[in-house]
This record gives sequence, structure tokens and C-alpha cells, in this order.
Amino acid sequence: MNLKHILTVYFKELKDQLRDRRTLISMVVIPAVVMPLIMVGTGTVMSKVMKQARQETPSVMILGGADSPAVVAALKAEKTAAGEARFRFVPSGDYKQLISDKKLRAAVEIPAGFEAALKAGEATTVNIYYYEGEMRSSMGSNALNDFFRTYREKTVEHRLLDRDLPVALVKPFDVKRQNVAPPEKVGGNLFGGFIPYIIIILCFTGAMYPAMDLTAGEKERGTMETLMCSPVSRVNIVFGKFLMVLTASIATMCMLLVSMGVTAALGGSMFSPDKMETAAKTAEAKAVMGGVMPTIDPAGLLGVFAMIAPVAVFFSALLLVVSLFAKSYKEAQSYVGPMVILVILPAVFGLLPGIELTAKTALIPILNLSLVCKEMLSGVWHWHYIALIFGSTCVYAAVAIALCVRMFNREDVMFRA
Amino acid sequence: MIEAHHLTKTFKDKKHGVITAVEKVSFTCRPGQIYGLLGANGAGKTTTLRMLATLLKPTSGTATIAGHDVEREPEAVRADVGFLAASTALYGRLTAREMIAYFGRLNDMSDDAIRARIQVLADELAMHEFLDRRCDKFSTGMKQKTSIARTLVHDPAVMIFDEPTLGLDVMTARSIVRFVRQCRDRGKTVIYSTHVMSEVEKLCDVIGIIHNGRLVAEGTLTQLQQQFGECEVEEIFVKAVGGEAALEAAASKL
Repeated sequence: MNLKHILTVYFKELKDQLRDRRTLISMVVIPAVVMPLIMVGTGTVMSKVMKQARQETPSVMILGGADSPAVVAALKAEKTAAGEARFRFVPSGDYKQLISDKKLRAAVEIPAGFEAALKAGEATTVNIYYYEGEMRSSMGSNALNDFFRTYREKTVEHRLLDRDLPVALVKPFDVKRQNVAPPEKVGGNLFGGFIPYIIIILCFTGAMYPAMDLTAGEKERGTMETLMCSPVSRVNIVFGKFLMVLTASIATMCMLLVSMGVTAALGGSMFSPDKMETAAKTAEAKAVMGGVMPTIDPAGLLGVFAMIAPVAVFFSALLLVVSLFAKSYKEAQSYVGPMVILVILPAVFGLLPGIELTAKTALIPILNLSLVCKEMLSGVWHWHYIALIFGSTCVYAAVAIALCVRMFNREDVMFRA
Repeated sequence: MIEAHHLTKTFKDKKHGVITAVEKVSFTCRPGQIYGLLGANGAGKTTTLRMLATLLKPTSGTATIAGHDVEREPEAVRADVGFLAASTALYGRLTAREMIAYFGRLNDMSDDAIRARIQVLADELAMHEFLDRRCDKFSTGMKQKTSIARTLVHDPAVMIFDEPTLGLDVMTARSIVRFVRQCRDRGKTVIYSTHVMSEVEKLCDVIGIIHNGRLVAEGTLTQLQQQFGECEVEEIFVKAVGGEAALEAAASKL
């Protein structure tokens, strides 16, 4: 190993790659421009859609109720907090078809003799029809449900008062749910899987183009043979090239971190809580907004980057090995393309709720990273697992580098005809 | 000085089994001499030269270049060799100056020495006009000049040319031939492979005819003319490889 030779190769490759449009796009444009655009774009679109859905007055249909004028009148008089009509009523018709066609949000069926049954103290059922999975239909049916629950509670109160009984008789205690998780832990759980997922993918794609260009691309263009004519030993060439690929991978991640930071700062002012509609405060909206402005423990984020460093080494060496085998850039693309899926899969598995960090999963590359990052971002530091994951990833990375040097020394690979 | 002794190279091929590309090739090439390796496509010229340039390891046999063994000291061999082939290309995104300087640095030259060397080479090869332009925009002639400058940057004692005029226009090919001759006149050891008979006639001091991986005839042009009783190199070549039928049989194997 000769550091001077390694650096000579490295700086030449750096200069060469910085003049290559494809590398610049994957290293700078995608993390700095495309990713924030996607995050802010989906965030904005989602919150707009949610807002619109919430602001819409749901159209509902009342079925029956001719003999229960009081409840129908109460339903029609129902107002929102802003003092607007809560429902828009649609004349009777084929409610099932209308709901399916999304022309009607929900329908409520008031059984015959409803008010009479209430007075007589008989049990009766109100049916609400809606379309499961359709957001606006669910909102309409929820509003109807709320109305009837309140109406039922009022009925109960009246009955108790009529009998001179205290209201607390049927409501002996109150149940309230209180969140104890600090905001960054909520953030960690909501985006813990999401952030490492993006980082892992960009860490891979950032290394992808230089790795292919520096090996298969050079073979195709005939510069590999030129380079091998120089007195520099193969090991030094491998390390020079490997360092360049690693630089691209880490630079891509850093660009992503900076662009996420900037987006979060800008997005924070754009989507500050007081400007946000009550609608956007739901968990769903928060998950979406989280991409825009994650409230995440900065130490966790630093930890993620420390953990991803050996993974970047592993990816860089692995990509070099695979694309070195290819004769041409095109052939390399056909090998590396499917590898993206292989990288995404374990990262996705890490998002599944059932899969936890254990001594076994800590040894599975990528999946272990995805799992430990989720923990670190929510402020939990399992030091023994972190050491195990860091160590095992370093071993994988070293094996990949050794394989890379071996490939470079193989004539049948370097001069594959 | 190049000394090849029983150089042999075999490849494993899934379809054809073990293929012997070069078999027991021995020759000596002295400083101030051009050794011409003449052979048809697939005869084993490129494999032989790649073994000399340490790009491939010989399966058996040895070769020493400027006193260094190709197997034991490949780096020392490469430091003494300038290798130019039709397949050795330039980095398109580097300028000619950057390209030459890169190979100077890979040869452990100091920045000052590289600067001075580029000046000399650019003068000799009339490269000043395009020295700071990117190689991917070059004409074939400019590319060839830059490649020559790249092989010469460390002033090697041995020059290996593998079909350097392949696919070049007449003017560029002539300038290469002139340059190869200059290398000899400066006392360098030169080995030159080709399948162009006229180049051998014009250029080479010693001719080795290679066929099916074996060196089938060797000598000066006069010696070969006497040996085969023919004047023309082409006729000598056909006789040496065993007639046209043998050439066709070899070509059909490709």
C-alpha cells in the first residue's frame, strides 16, 4: 500500500467524477433538490387534501324518521364550532349506490317509532351507513356517530333527572388518555423508520454511479487497461477508486442531511402549529408533516450517521465488486439495478411493527441499521446492540473490500472478453 | 532489453475448455532495435505483449524486461515500460495535460519534472494547441498524440506497441510509424505487433511470425527472404504459417 499512489488515484477520480453529470445528479441534485421537493410536496399536498376534507360539509341522507320529528330537527339544526351547518342533507334515494359513487358521504337510518320507543324506554338501533377506508365517508359517519352519542347521553341525563338521580350514577368515572412520551420520542417512532430508510437508499444510490463508472465504465472506454499499465500496484488503484465511491456515498448523505435541515427550518416557519388547521394536528397529518420538520433528537441523528458510515463502506466495496465484474456500463446497470431492491427490502422490514432488535437481527446487514436507527432516533441507546451492529457491519465491509482487491487481481475479470 | 523464455498462456473457457493462447514463445529484443511481431487476428500477439507489460501473468515460462522479472517484480517492469495499444484509451473528462500529468504522478515523478516533461513532449508532438482541452473532444490524431505522450512521460527504456495503427487514417498512422522509429533511434528497446505487412517491412529490424500461439519463424527480413525463398513479406508470412489453408483454419476458430 502506498498512500501517495492511493491519493493520486483518488484525486484524479474525484476531478473526473465532478465533471460527470450523472454523478453530480445522484450526488447533489437528488438529495439537495429532489428529496426535499418530494417531502415538502407530499406534505403540502396531504395537508391540503386533509384540510379540504375537513372543511367540507358532509352530505348525508336521513332514512325514515317521519315519526321522530324531534331528532330529525335536532340533526338538521346541528352546527359546527364555527357556527356553520354540520351536515348537508340529500333527499332520499339509493344511498348504497350514492355512497359507493362518493356522491354521498354517509346515511343514517332512524328506525320507525324511534321517539316513541325512547319514551317507552325500549332499546332500539340507529344504523349509520358509510364506505370503510374512504376518508371523507369516514369523517361524515364519525360526525353522525358523534351526534347520536351526544343525543344518547342527553337522553340518559333526562331520564336520570326525571327520576331524581345524579348524573354520576351512570358515569362513575372519567377516562382520559395522557401522552408521556417527549416530542422527540414521538418523532422517533413516527419517522424513526422513515429517515434511516431514505438515508440507506441515498447512501446506496450515491455510490452507485461512480462505482459503475470507475470500473465497468472504464473497462468499456478502454481506460482501465491504460491505468493498469502504470507501475502503481493494483491494491492502490482499488483503494483510490474505493475512496472516491465512498466519498460520493457520504457526500450524498451529507447533502441529504443539510437539505433536510434547511427544509425543516423553512418548513417549520411555513407549517408552524398556530397556522396549522386543527385538521392537520391529527396523527396522520403529523406523520406526513414529520417528513417536513422532524422533531428528532439531534444526538440520535448523529448516531445514525455514525452507524451508517460502515454501511457506506460496505455498499461502496460491494458495488465496486459487482460492477467490476461487468464488461460494460450497461451490464453493470443490469446487475446493480436489482440490488437496489435487495437494499430496500431489509430497510422496509425494519419498519414492520413485529420485527424487533435482537442478537440475531443485529447481525443482518441493513435490517439491523434500520432497527437500531429507529431506537436511536427515539432516544433509546442499546449500547451492546450498537456495538454488535457496528462491529458486524465493519466485518462485512472489510470482507467486501478484500473481495474487491481480489477481483482486481483476477485476469478473467479485468480482461473479460 | 526484452527476454522472453518459453512464455505460455492458457485460458479456461466454458465452451471450449482450456485454450492455449500462447505456447512456449521465446525471443530477445535488444536496445536500439525494433522487434516486429507479425500475426493474424487471434494468433496470440496481444496476449504475448500483455504478458510482457505484466497485465497478464504467464501460465508458464518467464520474461525479463530491463532486468526485471515480469512475475516477481511487475511494478518495476511497468515503471520501465511504455505500453501503447489500440485498446488503451484516454480519460475523456480530463484534458491532455491532466492525462499526461496523472501518469507522471503514477510513475512517482515530481510536479516540476512533470511540467518540464510535458513541455518537451508537447514541443516534439506539436500538442500545444490542444493541451488544455478535454480528450473526449479530440480527433483521432490528437488522441493518438496524447496517448504517445502518456506512454513517454516517464521516459521508459522499453516500448511495447500493440497494433498502434489499427483503425487510424494514413496521416496519423504515418506519424506513429515515424515516432516508433524515433524511439529506436534514441536507443529504446521496441516491440511492435501488427498484421500489416508493409509496416513490418518499413519498420522492423527483427521479425517474429506468430501463428496459433507459437512463434513459427524469426529473423531479419533478409534472413526470412532467404529461408522461404520469397521477396514479399506477405508471401513469407503465408509460407511460414503453413499455407493459406492453415490461416483459414485458424480464422474459423475465432
